[in-house]
Amino acid sequence: MRKIGEVILDVHNISLAFGGVKALTDISFDVREHEIRAIIGPNGAGKSSMLNCINGVYQPQQGTIALRGKTFKHMNSRQVAEMGVARTFQNLALFKGMSVLDNIMTGRNLKMKSNLFMQALRVGPAQREEAEQRLFVERIIDFLEIQPYRKTPVGRMPYGLQKRVDLGRALAMEPQVLLLDEPMAGMNVEEKQDMSRFILDVNDEFGTTIVLIEHDMGVVMDISDRVVVLDYGKKIGDGTPDEVRRNADVISAYLGTSH
Amino acid sequence: MLYRENGQFKSSYRSDQQIFPILQDRIAMVALLVLAVVIVPLIASPYLLTAIFIPFLILALAALGLNILVGYCGQISLGTGAFMAVGAYAAYNVQTRIDGMPLIASLLFGGLASTVLGVLFGVPSLRIKGLYLAVATLAAQFFVDWACLRLGWVTNGSSSGSVSVAGLNVLGLPIESPVQKYLFALVFLAVFALLAKNLVRGAIGREWMAIRDMDVAAAVIGIRPVYAKLTAFAVSSFIVGVAGGLWGFIHLGSWEPAAFNIDRSFQLLFMVIIGGLGSIMGSFFGAAFIVVLPIILDGLPYWFGIPIDTATASHLTFMIFGALIVFFLIVEPHGIARLWSTAKEKLRLWPFPH
Amino acid sequence: MGFFLETLFGGLMVGMLYSLIALGFVLIYKASGVFNFAQGAMVLFAAMAMARFYEWIPKWFGFDNKILANVLAFAAAVLVMIAVAWVIERLVLRHLVNQEHITLLMATLGITYFLEGFGQTLFGSGIYKIDVGMPKDPVLVLEGLFAGGVLINKEDLYAAVIAAVLVALLALFFQKTATGRALRAVADDHQAAQSIGIPLGRIWIIVWSVAGVVALVAGVIWGSKLGVQFSLSLVALKALPVVILGGLTSVPGAIIGGLIIGVGEKLSEIYIGPMFGGGIEIWFAYVLALVFLLVRPQGLFGEKIIDRV
Repeated sequence: MRKIGEVILDVHNISLAFGGVKALTDISFDVREHEIRAIIGPNGAGKSSMLNCINGVYQPQQGTIALRGKTFKHMNSRQVAEMGVARTFQNLALFKGMSVLDNIMTGRNLKMKSNLFMQALRVGPAQREEAEQRLFVERIIDFLEIQPYRKTPVGRMPYGLQKRVDLGRALAMEPQVLLLDEPMAGMNVEEKQDMSRFILDVNDEFGTTIVLIEHDMGVVMDISDRVVVLDYGKKIGDGTPDEVRRNADVISAYLGTSH
Repeated sequence: MLYRENGQFKSSYRSDQQIFPILQDRIAMVALLVLAVVIVPLIASPYLLTAIFIPFLILALAALGLNILVGYCGQISLGTGAFMAVGAYAAYNVQTRIDGMPLIASLLFGGLASTVLGVLFGVPSLRIKGLYLAVATLAAQFFVDWACLRLGWVTNGSSSGSVSVAGLNVLGLPIESPVQKYLFALVFLAVFALLAKNLVRGAIGREWMAIRDMDVAAAVIGIRPVYAKLTAFAVSSFIVGVAGGLWGFIHLGSWEPAAFNIDRSFQLLFMVIIGGLGSIMGSFFGAAFIVVLPIILDGLPYWFGIPIDTATASHLTFMIFGALIVFFLIVEPHGIARLWSTAKEKLRLWPFPH
Repeated sequence: MGFFLETLFGGLMVGMLYSLIALGFVLIYKASGVFNFAQGAMVLFAAMAMARFYEWIPKWFGFDNKILANVLAFAAAVLVMIAVAWVIERLVLRHLVNQEHITLLMATLGITYFLEGFGQTLFGSGIYKIDVGMPKDPVLVLEGLFAGGVLINKEDLYAAVIAAVLVALLALFFQKTATGRALRAVADDHQAAQSIGIPLGRIWIIVWSVAGVVALVAGVIWGSKLGVQFSLSLVALKALPVVILGGLTSVPGAIIGGLIIGVGEKLSEIYIGPMFGGGIEIWFAYVLALVFLLVRPQGLFGEKIIDRV
């Protein structure tokens, strides 16, 4: 049974604008270690932008992000990755030219130490390292049940399986915080159940903190510990699934009210 | 039936990760090596060796280098000729100015000089890509063209930029006859092909391909775009530089800057496109194709009894090159290498339909 | 001082030629998003056509009038360029619609080689003259301001005027006609343009034809001055640095970029060249473009390039 720990990720007053368009206005929330935190909201609410800020893909104009107590004004993608944050993408940013195995192996890059010359000669340490990383990746492949596809180029795989590869690549980084951007988009009921199971297993077995953007309310209410609700770039709700479900602002954001 | 993998099980990741996991491939490779090392030198005429095999080997090496940059890392370069030129002239300078400099060391030094230029011109790739990068590499091409012609210290004082080498040898063994030159070039190609293959199937190869396929996602995984791109430029220009030295020393004997002009750059790019981007084999296919095609076109008239003068033949070559580029880009953007691997897939099932 | 001005004017004139070539380039990029490496080859192909038809048409139809020959040759060359545009759209562009820029660029490289070979097969590979009756004698101007005056080539002046008229016509075409508006819509968003019924294929033929005609004008002016031969395609590659400087999507940028490069080349060759042994003209334009690419990739007037995740 996992215990939810201290605050691991703290977002303070983040504002992000593209030219005249305000994507995020003054967003603050925190994420505790080992929990599953969902970010929900209607389309265009700024959810992906929020993840992109945490990840260093976008630089917010205002606000700070604290990761494990260290505060940053600007996150750098690689720094964030080294600090143990991994993510999946809404539009699957997989490496289409590579096989499933190679895609997930790229997730191990941070852990690989042999330099260019050792790799060229491929003897001793370089050879061993390749085999070791292969072992680690094979465990992830087993976990995600995609063994038959390991040598297939990802471009040729069905969408649902590609989503699993995306998850596998993120898992290969052995992250402490996993940002999932609509991991169940475009999936049928069975696939959603599989993906939910994977997410819960990852959280259970490895204690990975999960920040999840998702549209399927059933899934969100089922698996998350706490929820943040965004609408038009502003935070309109924050709490447990039950609290958020009863929040009047949230209801009107989804159903729409006449102003 | 011939190409089935039945019964070939791998009991370690190491054996699964080897270059030729299928037994039939390994046999084919050994046969090819025997053919290349033993049979060709025995039966090929000196003309065949000098006109076809040696240029093929050296251009395949250059195409290999270019493929790493363009095919694996997705960075376009129209300045390959310049890198070959730097390799050739640097090797020349070291060979002639330093007494008793070993040939191989000169050639490798040429590669290093080319690496320096490569990294320098790789820096723009950190900010720009695609067509913009292509124009930046053109700057390298034309600048080096000029430097080899006008800067005296590059050519050791030659006013027209033309230089020559003679008396090549390795530890006393002469590299003079076509057979000796052929084997020399073959050794270089084999060694570099192996090293390159190891790189592209290792961690750095995956980094390069990640940058090529989606560089934003690559950064998020912790891949450093700067390191990946600059190493691609460095490794690529090293190989191309060595190829340039070989081209000058082994194939030409004496050369001038025009040997490495923009037509050479285009020629290499065509090899890589037609042969197959992102494939070591593809570099070989492309080089073979481009080396052999003009010879076939020159010979066709005789075989069919249609007289074509050499000027028309060269115009036709241009037309066919151009048409083939477009054809490949439309029909099989992954080049001959993809056609080859598709054929092998079908062969695995043969004689069954599926 | 007079010498400086002469060099300046000389540079402006060469720059004008570069601009004309770059213009066709920008047109195609604006309307079809294709980086047409073959623009230089198109200029030469067109000039070739013009030069040879000027020779052949009088022979075929048996008359001697030079002006008529020029007019007919020009018309024939225009038809040829439209045919070239049609073939390119049909055989190449149509099949590569959704490919990445690199693929399209390399396809235009293939087209370059094809046009070079084809042109020489059709029209021969010698050096040909184009004689559209341009006055070749130089004229002395500004005698009042500078002692001895400044020597300018009349031909260059005519060329500048023609180029200016062409640019004005094109600007009018884009702004005022329905087809021009359609072209701008396509340049903005292919899918949106299609969804309001603009026929993409036909538009592309029109654009490439217009670019072909622009190439023809550039080729005629250039050929008239320097003679037409295929080794000029190297000089035509200079259009690339021009559009980098000016911005890939800007017509005024192509003009100004061309002038800057033309002047820059000439001035740097005269004043900086001797320090390095001369001949720096072959790389000046490209290195200048390289500097721009590092500092301001969109050029002077182009749109900023945004990468979306």
